Order: sequence, then structure tokens, then C-alpha cells
Amino acid sequence: MKREQLMVAAIENGTVIDHIPSDRLFEVIRLLHIDECHHDTVFIGYNLRSGAMGKKSIIKIANRFFSEAELNQLSVVAPNVTLSLIKDYEVREKRCVRLPKELRDIIRCNNPKCICNNEPIQTRFVIIGKVGKCYYCEKEQDLTMVKLV
Amino acid sequence: MENPSLVSIAHLSREKILYLMEMARDFELRPNRKILDGRIVATLFFEPSTRTRLSFETAAHRLGASVIGFTDPKVTSSTKGETLKDTIMMVSNYSDVIVMRHYLEGAALYASELTNTPVVNAGDGAHQHPSQTILDLYTILQTQGTLDNLNIYLVGDLKYGRTVHSLIMAMRHFHPTFHFISPKELAMPEEYKQYCREHDINFVEHEDFNEEIISGADILYMTRVQRERFSDLMEYERVKDIYVLRKEMLSMAKDNLRILHPLPRVNEIAQDVDDTPYAYYFEQAQNGIYAREAIICDVLGITLEEVRNDSTIIQ
Ligand SMILES: [Zn+2]
Repeated sequence: MKREQLMVAAIENGTVIDHIPSDRLFEVIRLLHIDECHHDTVFIGYNLRSGAMGKKSIIKIANRFFSEAELNQLSVVAPNVTLSLIKDYEVREKRCVRLPKELRDIIRCNNPKCICNNEPIQTRFVIIGKVGKCYYCEKEQDLTMVKLV
Repeated sequence: MENPSLVSIAHLSREKILYLMEMARDFELRPNRKILDGRIVATLFFEPSTRTRLSFETAAHRLGASVIGFTDPKVTSSTKGETLKDTIMMVSNYSDVIVMRHYLEGAALYASELTNTPVVNAGDGAHQHPSQTILDLYTILQTQGTLDNLNIYLVGDLKYGRTVHSLIMAMRHFHPTFHFISPKELAMPEEYKQYCREHDINFVEHEDFNEEIISGADILYMTRVQRERFSDLMEYERVKDIYVLRKEMLSMAKDNLRILHPLPRVNEIAQDVDDTPYAYYFEQAQNGIYAREAIICDVLGITLEEVRNDSTIIQ
């Protein structure tokens, strides 16, 4: 195990989300509702040194395994994170996130005249390359610039 | 079951468009009927648009339907904070079809997902206005005898004009050649030019507007160049009289040329053009009735067959 990973306590079972850009850490926490899990132990390493990234963050969540759909949401804010599934202190599986074809209730439409910003509705975006197209107003927006719901 | 609502022109197939044209044709021949006797059409205008509302309500009345609705949002609950959802849920229990205009984009699509009552989009902000496009297509077909392989010249505000954008989308099935004539500041947006490239639609762009340029046109579709669209008012002053169609500019026109305009016009078509055989914008507005008769019947599940064999026609 790499030294910077060891700076955050190891978990017996659970999920490790590594290579999170530090400025996106809190968005990742929100997207996975990590701030709402009251039973499991969560270790967060913030602003760790990383050769490739400069500064990065890491999250280790004990006893939690996320669905593929849940994890793929991360691709909007942190497309290059790496995921490790841990069992008995061992990495059992490594994964990358993929941008899903559709995002529901993840990002906000930047068109103030869109119905989804004015009625209590879940937002819906169809993903085409690096842009998301709003299902309601059909305006396209750059995914690297979007705001979360 | 497929939602029968009409919220957008983007997904209509060639067959569906031609089918609606046939139905509109039958209504043009015999516009007065009782085929909608006992039905209730709700017209919900969250934003005023007198022409569109009158056209839909005339279409409904000519087919024997009753009409309920509102046109001034101030008299409805939406100013009291009622959501669009609540208004639609209530009205869908009263009526058989909802015709709605709204200032927010995507409002009609949203409404159509809330209820099984069919919804007709009569304009949602800058987004879509499909009944205008259907009547434009019907007018083009009526004057040219076909929708295929036409030279269509779009003039004026091509940046914000949703009618011209929808027309491009609807014409993708018919192999047109478009000419985009506009000031630089109101030029056709890149996304629609890209749409043309992806759908094998030929287009040519011009900044000049004169008799030579329009001599190849089958359809000249004029739109209004509005002052408030310009960030640079000097630029507006420079171009405002360039995109005005005058009678002498028609000296080289093809015989089959017809001039369309979604109305209201301000000064972009000179009055002396009205008396030429090319002017067709008032007939176009009249076609709005037939197009909307067809749209209302179609979303109610009434087929072309039933329209043709209709026994309720008032001679
Ligand atoms: Zn939107």
C-alpha cells in the first residue's frame, strides 16, 4: 500500500475513493450522501500530497459498498477518481467511474428560464460527450462547469 | 401507450408530418363540423399571446368543442404561488385536451408528463412552438405542391427566432436548401448550422438582402428584427432598414415565390408588398386554423380516416 494511503487509517471492509481533486471533496461527500451515514466509520484525508495531482483527497468508508449507478455520478465532479473495494484489509477490486448516459437529479440546469429551475422537479440530463443536454429545455451545458443540485 | 401530446416538432417523423398535412387539408376543405361536440378544450395562457389563443379557440369552436381557460396569469392562482403541477392536475380533470402557453422552457413537456390528458404546446418560452411550424409546413405544401427539394430563404432575426429554428428541424425530412439572411449580430447560431450539417441540409449564409439574392427563392420567410435583441444600438441603427422587404426587390422573383411571416409584422415587409401575388402571410395565418384543428383532433386520438368520413360536417 502506498505511503499516502497509509496516512489515512486502513479499513477492514468497505470502499476507498482515491485521487479526488481536493476542491471537489465536499461535492463527492454530498453526492454519495456520506455526510448522512451515521453508523459507519469514515476516514477523510484532505490535501494529501500526490505526485501526479499536486494535492488530492481520499475517502475511506467502512462497511459501505456503492452501486455502480451511485459511483458513476462521481464522474461529473471527479472523473479520474479510483475506487477500491476492500475486504479483510485487501483490495478485492479496482474500478474507474464512467459517465452515465443520463443524470437524474445530480446537476442543475444553468438556464434560469427552464421549468426545472422553477417547479419542484428532478433534473434530467442526457450526456453527449462532454456536454449535458437538459431534458426539459434542451439547452446544452459543459459538464466541467456545472453546478450540483 | 405513447403520450399523444404535441410538445415539440423535433421528434415528428416525415410520415407523421405528412399525415397531419392531409388532415389539415381535409379541414381546409370542410372547416366547420361537430366532430368535437361534447369535448372541452382548455386554453391555459400563462403568458398572453392573443393571436395564438384566438387561432386555437377558433379551431376548437369550428369543430364544435367548448372552450375554457384563462389568458391573464394575474387572475389565476399562479401568482398566489400555486405550482404549474397543481394547475395542470386540476384542469386535466375538467378538460379533454390542454392547450398551453408558458414563459418557461420545457413547461409543456413537464405538463404532459403529469397527466393523461393530452397537452398541446402553444409556445414555451424561447423553446418550441410546434403548431406554428405545422401551419408553416402546411402553407409551404399548399403553395408549392410539395415539401421536397425547396429553396427556403430565412430573413431577419435568425438568432432568437424560434419559428425559423423549428422550421429547419421539421424540414430535415424533405431535403431543402436554406439561405440564412441576417445581420451578423442575429446570425443563425452555430448549433443549428451544426444540425444542418448532421442532417444533410444545404445552407448558404448572406448578410446582403436584395433582389438578386432572393431571385432563387421558393419561400421567403421574413421575421422581425427587434431593437431589444441588439447589444450595440449603433449596429441596430445601421441594419434596421436593410432587412425590410420592398416591392421593387421582387422584380426577379420566381413565379412560385411565396412570402411568409409568423405575424405580427412591424415594418419588415413594406405595405406595397401586400398587393403582389407573392404575399401569403394572411393566408398563412388562416391556415393556422386548419393546422390547429388537425392537431387538436390528432392528440385526441381522432384519425385521418375518421376526419375524412366525418358525418358531422356542416355544409
Ligand atoms: Zn433546462
